[in-house]
Amino acid sequence: MITVENLTKSFQGVNALNGVTLDVEAGTVLGVVGPSGAGKSTLARCVALLERPDSGAIRVDGTDITALDGSALRAARRQIGVVPQGDSLLRQRTAAGNIALPLESAGVPGPQRRSRVGELLDLVGLTDKAGAYPDQLSGGQRQRIAVARALAANPSVLLADEPTSALDPETTGSVLTVLDRARAELGVTVLVVTHDMGVVRKICDDVAVLEQGRVVEHGKVLDLVSDAASRTSGALLPAVDLNPINESSYDRVADVVLVGFAAVGALLPEASHRFGVELNIVGGGLTRLGETPVARFRLGLNGERSDSALEWISEAGGAVQRSLKGPQGVAA
Amino acid sequence: MRSATPWSDVLSYLVEATGETLYMVGVSTVIATAFGVPLGVWLQLTAKGGLRPNPAVHRVLGFITDLGRSMPFIVLLVALTSVTRLIVGGSIGSTAVIVPLAVGAIPFVGRLVQNILSEVHVTVVEAAVTTGASTLRIVRSVLIRESLPALINAIGVTVIALIGYSAMAGVIGGGGLGDLAIREGYQRFNDRILWSTVAWLAVLTTLIQLGFTRAARASDRRRHASV
Ligand SMILES: Nc1ncnc2c1ncn2[C@@H]1O[C@H](COP(=O)(O)OP(=O)(O)O)[C@@H](O)[C@H]1O
Ligand SMILES: [Mg+2]
Repeated sequence: MITVENLTKSFQGVNALNGVTLDVEAGTVLGVVGPSGAGKSTLARCVALLERPDSGAIRVDGTDITALDGSALRAARRQIGVVPQGDSLLRQRTAAGNIALPLESAGVPGPQRRSRVGELLDLVGLTDKAGAYPDQLSGGQRQRIAVARALAANPSVLLADEPTSALDPETTGSVLTVLDRARAELGVTVLVVTHDMGVVRKICDDVAVLEQGRVVEHGKVLDLVSDAASRTSGALLPAVDLNPINESSYDRVADVVLVGFAAVGALLPEASHRFGVELNIVGGGLTRLGETPVARFRLGLNGERSDSALEWISEAGGAVQRSLKGPQGVAA
Repeated sequence: MRSATPWSDVLSYLVEATGETLYMVGVSTVIATAFGVPLGVWLQLTAKGGLRPNPAVHRVLGFITDLGRSMPFIVLLVALTSVTRLIVGGSIGSTAVIVPLAVGAIPFVGRLVQNILSEVHVTVVEAAVTTGASTLRIVRSVLIRESLPALINAIGVTVIALIGYSAMAGVIGGGGLGDLAIREGYQRFNDRILWSTVAWLAVLTTLIQLGFTRAARASDRRRHASV
């Protein structure tokens, strides 16, 4: 569990962080997104104990880690696994040797070290590359080794700064899978910095949007997508208005967001059936957030009870975002 | 006109002088490495962006280092006479030359080492910091190990430079190949000794250079790895 309270940090007059507050629940993945220069890396580096904030607190499992020094600082660092931005492996060490580094720092004896390294190679699916040097690995393989190294000393928290920014889409998938396994199999709390909404889409439970050193949006991804005004929904959901439609052919036109198998599969046919209305999907589409199917549709409804149908959809858990054509037949 | 020195005599001159040179250069290299590497590490640790940035310490260390480097060797050789006497109990002979050679080479090695260590990418160092490693461990396992090939080459460069400086050892009776070429060869118009020594010096430095290049390559694990 990570709690960040009112964190500020400036560099020679540049305010990189302007009072950042957020939290990551134990065993969940938070994506920190935002434009370049927003302060994402500074935030990650503060939590990684590479940078000392000017003020504010960072709690990992309840303990404030911002004021530590000496051996207490080193012990805290071992509790926080870090995948730094960019190439970070020792080029003169094998993959296995790189993963062993945190265990050496922690004074873990040789035999235990080797078996732990074996487990981690297995976790990231690179057992056959144990003896390979970083120069002999692909970018994606190197990042997976960096993740394995970050997890070696059994940290409760894993930080990754742009872990996929230099990778092609296919390799990105393999790195994200490894982060997801870390959470699922080791129960690690993950904070991942990215400018790629695809990362949020695939593995994040929560998202925090940073702009100019401030959190401008923070919450569960599945909650935020139902809010038409949120940046997250704009970035993650299918566009609805690609094809202009003839609104006059419908009594009502509305956008609706449906989250989950049940809602996506059954809500619309059921509404149509219950209220005896003709219900057409005229825009939008289906996507997937993690394992959850999510749809944003533009609906065209015909029938006397169209308003009741929309109301029922909303009560049944669908988010009716806007009626483009309201009760008076006027575009709202 | 006297007859040329017999080849067998030339050979024994060369053998003796080579021994003296290797002794002077070898011992002073060991000393220069023993002090120069820690100096370079210290310079790099205290540098801006280093692991223990400390501008005051860094500036003082840097000033002393560059002062030492700018001192002409021949000046060190005579200026350090009393220090040398204190350390080795005499101020002439091969052993006495080791003191100024080592003192002159320490700042040279220090700067070379600092430059090499500063090439280790900051992300790699920070990654090690986040593992909770102590500064000593990072110096050993990251800074030095990652730059070992370049460090070995730097020691090779130092050895070659010291062979050059040791030619001036004759001034305080240190002997060696340079002294042989100058005193027995040049000053006595003995071309056979002069040119034999020059040729042998060329071969010797080439061999030494080759040895260090090989060692550096052998230490570079990036090259011979099994995939
Ligand atoms: N070490 C530093 N020195 C000076 N300015 C910095 C430093 N680190 C970050 N900054 C500044 O802080 C702001 C935020 O940077 P950063 O956290 O790297 O953003 P992001 O990762 O979101 O792209 C930028 O304006 C950047 O120039
Ligand atoms: Mg960044």
